[in-house]
Amino acid sequence: MTKNNSNIVKVSFWERNRKSEGYLLKKKIMEIAVVIARFILLFGLCFLILQPILNKISVSFMTEDDLFNPIVVSIPVHFTTDNYVLTAEIMNYGKSFVNSLVISLTIAIVQIAVCTIVGYGFARFNFPLKKFWFACVMLVILIPPQVISNSLYIHFRFFDIFGIIKLIRGEALNLRGNVLPYYLMSLGCMGLKNGLYIYMIRQFFRNIPNDMEEAAYVDGCGTFKTFVRIMLPEGKPIITSCFLFAFVWQWTDGFYSKMFLGSTSLLSMSIARLVDSLGAYIQRIMGIKTTVSVAYSNCILATGTLMLVAPVIILYLFAQRQFVESISSSGIKM
Amino acid sequence: MNKRKKYVGLEKRKAVAGYLFIAPFILGFLLFMVKPFIQSLYMSFCEVEVGAANFTMHFNKVANYYFAFRTDPKYVSLLGTEIARMVIYSLAIIVFSFFISLILNQKFKGRALVRAVFFLPVILSSGVMLGLESNNQLIATLQQTVEDTTTGISVTDALQTILRTTGVGVKAFEKVFEIIDNIYDVALASGIQIIIFLSGLQTIPKSMYEAADIEGCTAWESLWKITFPSISSLFLVNWIYTVVDFCMRSDNEVIDKIQTVMIENLNYGAASAMTWIYFLIVIAFVGITGFIMSKGVYYYD
Repeated sequence: MTKNNSNIVKVSFWERNRKSEGYLLKKKIMEIAVVIARFILLFGLCFLILQPILNKISVSFMTEDDLFNPIVVSIPVHFTTDNYVLTAEIMNYGKSFVNSLVISLTIAIVQIAVCTIVGYGFARFNFPLKKFWFACVMLVILIPPQVISNSLYIHFRFFDIFGIIKLIRGEALNLRGNVLPYYLMSLGCMGLKNGLYIYMIRQFFRNIPNDMEEAAYVDGCGTFKTFVRIMLPEGKPIITSCFLFAFVWQWTDGFYSKMFLGSTSLLSMSIARLVDSLGAYIQRIMGIKTTVSVAYSNCILATGTLMLVAPVIILYLFAQRQFVESISSSGIKM
Repeated sequence: MNKRKKYVGLEKRKAVAGYLFIAPFILGFLLFMVKPFIQSLYMSFCEVEVGAANFTMHFNKVANYYFAFRTDPKYVSLLGTEIARMVIYSLAIIVFSFFISLILNQKFKGRALVRAVFFLPVILSSGVMLGLESNNQLIATLQQTVEDTTTGISVTDALQTILRTTGVGVKAFEKVFEIIDNIYDVALASGIQIIIFLSGLQTIPKSMYEAADIEGCTAWESLWKITFPSISSLFLVNWIYTVVDFCMRSDNEVIDKIQTVMIENLNYGAASAMTWIYFLIVIAFVGITGFIMSKGVYYYD
């Protein structure tokens, strides 16, 4: 019965093809060609993006012999996890991990809390000079933090509020290498990419209809209470995704960490120094100055990089939807 | 006076509440953006000496700018190459992400997976990761050996030779080859742009394409007559985002140079001057190109 059916379909396809003077066949071939071409292109590009990670994974399990063995390409002959042990020791992984986690989490929470409030303020209230302040937000997005980095450096090196501290202590406060300035900056929405978060949150809140808010006002709910009780639950998706971004970008950030958090050992900082620390470490163990081969130091670097991004990749695997959909849902327009 | 009259009663209360909501931003903006901004501008005209307990600034006119342009051996050439790179790469990123988002907007199996992969670099190539990637010598040397030892004729090489020998626009071809060789960098930098384009593509009503199809419009025509105008405003957004993003990348050599001057040579004045030169050029570039593009942007409503 089924065979018969498929036979009919097949016949009718060629029949139809004959009737359409070859147009149908041509179209079918074109469709298949497009599918194949698309597959090759996307597969190639995906491979291009994933290849460095896969490469790092394979390298990180190799011994030094395997690195110099021309036969070994991706699967190690002498499978080892020593690289991980060594890298963890050099990077002080346990402590750095906890430090990174605590700092990224708290910074992300502070930044997103403040950015949500500000974004909501921009989306829902009318006040004089609103356009001007919003232009300032755009300016914050546009100005690379590097432009003001040198004066910020001095600002926090000789920190003072209108000379008060100088009066008390006799000299200005040195906040460099201290965590405090970065929290202060986060409180003032001047952290990493905070302008972007304000913009995204504002776009989201603008799209929520006015009715609910007005109903709350009519029922005697105050402005702040309305915000916390009514609007915050509505804005959950965008807040979650902004939080994820803030967390991940803070996790891998080098610029602000280098400037403010120099004295705290962070994963993103120790990875930047990894190769130098490796040399120092081996020197300390061997007692003599030795040069580490380029291949081996890169192998350790690859291992360290993997250890740095592993938590982020795991997070991404679980929260991929939140990452991607936030940007589409905020409906960026100009 | 007129303005004041506008905000009375509930409106006034809401205005006050609004200001309270954005107060953190205003404070932070003034303290951590405007003040350092002005100070850094002033510093670029000064000779800054940092001591143990204080720092002094001596006004010395344009000596720092003179230093950046005339005395420093590398700055000007770095500036030139970096800005050329910025222009070419931003163009490549925009074209690439538009193309990819068109493909990802089609329906096929495993689309979610492909999207996830394309978005991965946004997370993985941020911050310190980018710098690590670019100076990974092991991979660079490996590539070199692979290229040297491969005896077979590669298609791209053959194509490059043919195009070179035609003699038409050799310089332009060289740039195209460079981008193709570095397609990895382009793909890494275009995650956000792809998502922005995709979100724009999804807002275009299907009925428009159907109507065009019935009227006898080919897919190629509807791409340029429907898709392109509908998301033209996103080109502007993406362009600005790409250029700004490029300035903040950690493998940016100008920024690297400035950091060296600041942290290693402790020459804050010169570092400020260099930053300001770079910043002004980039802002001027964004402003001019943005203005030109905004003339061509089509708004549906």
